[in-house]
Amino acid sequence: MSEKHGPRLSRRAWITTTSGVVAAGLIKTQADALRLDAQTAPLQTPDPTKVPGRFTSEVGRRAVGEQPRRLARAQALSSSAQSPLQDLMGIITPADLHFERHHAGIPEIAKGSHELLVHGMVDRPMVFRMSDIERYPRVSRLYFIECSGNGGSAYSRENMPTEITVQALDGLLSTSEWTGVPLSTILREVGVRSGASWLLAEGSDAAMMSRSVPLEKAMDDALLAFGQNGEAIRPEQGYPLRLMLPGWEGNAQVKWLRRIEVTDRPTMTREETSKYTDPLEGGTARQFSFLMDAKSTITFPTYPFVLPERGWWEITGLAWSGRGRITRVEVSTDGGARWADAVLQQPVLPKCTARFRHLWEWNGRETVILSRATDDTGYVQPTVQQLWEARGERTRYHFNHQRAWKVASDGAVTFGLGDLV
Amino acid sequence: MRPTAAAVTLAASWMLVGCAGPADAPGTPADESFADIAYALPEQAPRRFGFGAEASAARVARWDTDVKPDGEGLPAGKGTVAEGEVVFMTYCVACHGPTGTEGPNDVLVGSDPWEAWPGSVTVGGYWPYATTLYDYISRAMPQLTPGVLTPNQTYAVIAYILHRNGVVAADAEMDAQTLPAVIMPARDRFVVDDRQGGSQIR
Ligand code: HEC
Repeated sequence: MSEKHGPRLSRRAWITTTSGVVAAGLIKTQADALRLDAQTAPLQTPDPTKVPGRFTSEVGRRAVGEQPRRLARAQALSSSAQSPLQDLMGIITPADLHFERHHAGIPEIAKGSHELLVHGMVDRPMVFRMSDIERYPRVSRLYFIECSGNGGSAYSRENMPTEITVQALDGLLSTSEWTGVPLSTILREVGVRSGASWLLAEGSDAAMMSRSVPLEKAMDDALLAFGQNGEAIRPEQGYPLRLMLPGWEGNAQVKWLRRIEVTDRPTMTREETSKYTDPLEGGTARQFSFLMDAKSTITFPTYPFVLPERGWWEITGLAWSGRGRITRVEVSTDGGARWADAVLQQPVLPKCTARFRHLWEWNGRETVILSRATDDTGYVQPTVQQLWEARGERTRYHFNHQRAWKVASDGAVTFGLGDLV
Repeated sequence: MRPTAAAVTLAASWMLVGCAGPADAPGTPADESFADIAYALPEQAPRRFGFGAEASAARVARWDTDVKPDGEGLPAGKGTVAEGEVVFMTYCVACHGPTGTEGPNDVLVGSDPWEAWPGSVTVGGYWPYATTLYDYISRAMPQLTPGVLTPNQTYAVIAYILHRNGVVAADAEMDAQTLPAVIMPARDRFVVDDRQGGSQIR
């Protein structure tokens, strides 16, 4: 990844570009040479200014040298794949790099045969084809989706990782512009009966993934989404239809949505009892903890990047809150002793990732860098100690504590929270 | 959201069931400037659009197969622990192990939740409702061939799993009446999200 942040000097380039100036005493360090090299990069052959390029095409492709990849490890039906946060810019996740989490693989569903059944405590049980749903007035909004298990690999006091990438740690987070029909519109169409307070959302995958959702959320900002970043939702994200519950944990945003039952109580599915509940200190477990509290994570510099030289570097990352809008991100470059406000890149939208940037002059000494987010409810991203205190050390989801990265004096970056606990 | 009459009723019913939903929390203000405008239907929107078709009772019944904690949705049928052992050894053992503890996939049998918390995140150690077993197994298990079990086989394998967890006796029989009556060891452990919003870290 180092080529992203400064050309790495090949041996041959070093010799050819510097032999003259070394003799002249103009360059003393490899860093000097890097700067020089940037000005005298060897020409590509064939020279692209001398050969015509290729024709237009129906579908574009990435530049050959740009191959960001999800981290797809386990060949299992119930598994996940993380987004390459370190390779991404701004706030949008390219649709083909959006993180994945499935419980029984990715179903192949033909849009023409997909139906959504809405029934239960309604005046008119109805079945909608995709062409019906697409005809209702649409909304497009940018929202993040995060798996509530994201970040869990940096929570255990005993097993704090060091050589972990931000992708492996926090890559179950992605942001897209979602297009769909407000669920409230569809519920209005079927007529919700009084006394109703929940619904059950069910997917059309081989796990028939199901979650109970409070009706209040359904009537607020829930979407029946069929569009992602300007095109149809990807199969991995629930094609042809998924439930969007802005700011809530990913699992509840049921993909491949085929059924909504309006009820007066939760169904107590496996994913809201055995899983996606938070065991707390003192023998209880928090249930229906849908909301994602405020969080931030540095995406650069992170392991395995090595800062090749001291001097100016821009620390950057993402901040988000399921409760609303990010109002502030602070960065510390001295292990949390002092904090400075990072720049929040516009737009900063509610329930959406915000890009933050902080220009830093690294003095070449070992240090730990951190970020912490604040949202418009006044919630400040806690330290891991604060979360341990609040939820115990054996909780299983919602790990929104501050992350830390250690920069060694040789520039090597590793995950650094272990140094602070 | 614009406060329509329906929304007010819904909010009231929400309060009645006593669930602390995030929208109750002071931490989730409606974003007036943005969300409301985008989500509101235009003034001229009809009372009903009429897109989509009414679903017949038969159509609903075909997909309405979930099981609620009070047993609503459980089909006719029954199965014993002894019958369930046969089902388990035929359909489940490969992934959950001969005694439900060996894996390679989820451990189904474990300790009483009072020994440690969360001692074992298993049916006996963590699950609050026995009916969830029916709901989940009939949806998703066995993982490679979901839906192959008959209701009798499903009741039976549930009886077996509950018995292995020390929750029901060796001669127990599960059906639409007995299953919802099973009180799981972890039943009273679950509390609805009690985060209050604002600056509190909880
Ligand atoms: C091919 C492997 C496989 C087979 C066969 C299989 N399971 Fe599973 N089972 C799994 C996997 C994998 C999971 C976890 C799925 C997930 O987390 O999404 C699981 C989860 C479960 C769970 C939930 C455990 C928990 O604590 O949340 C239960 C209950 C279960 N299986 C019961 C059964 C029963 C009963 C059978 C036999 C009828 C069976 N399984 C057959 C692979 C299998």
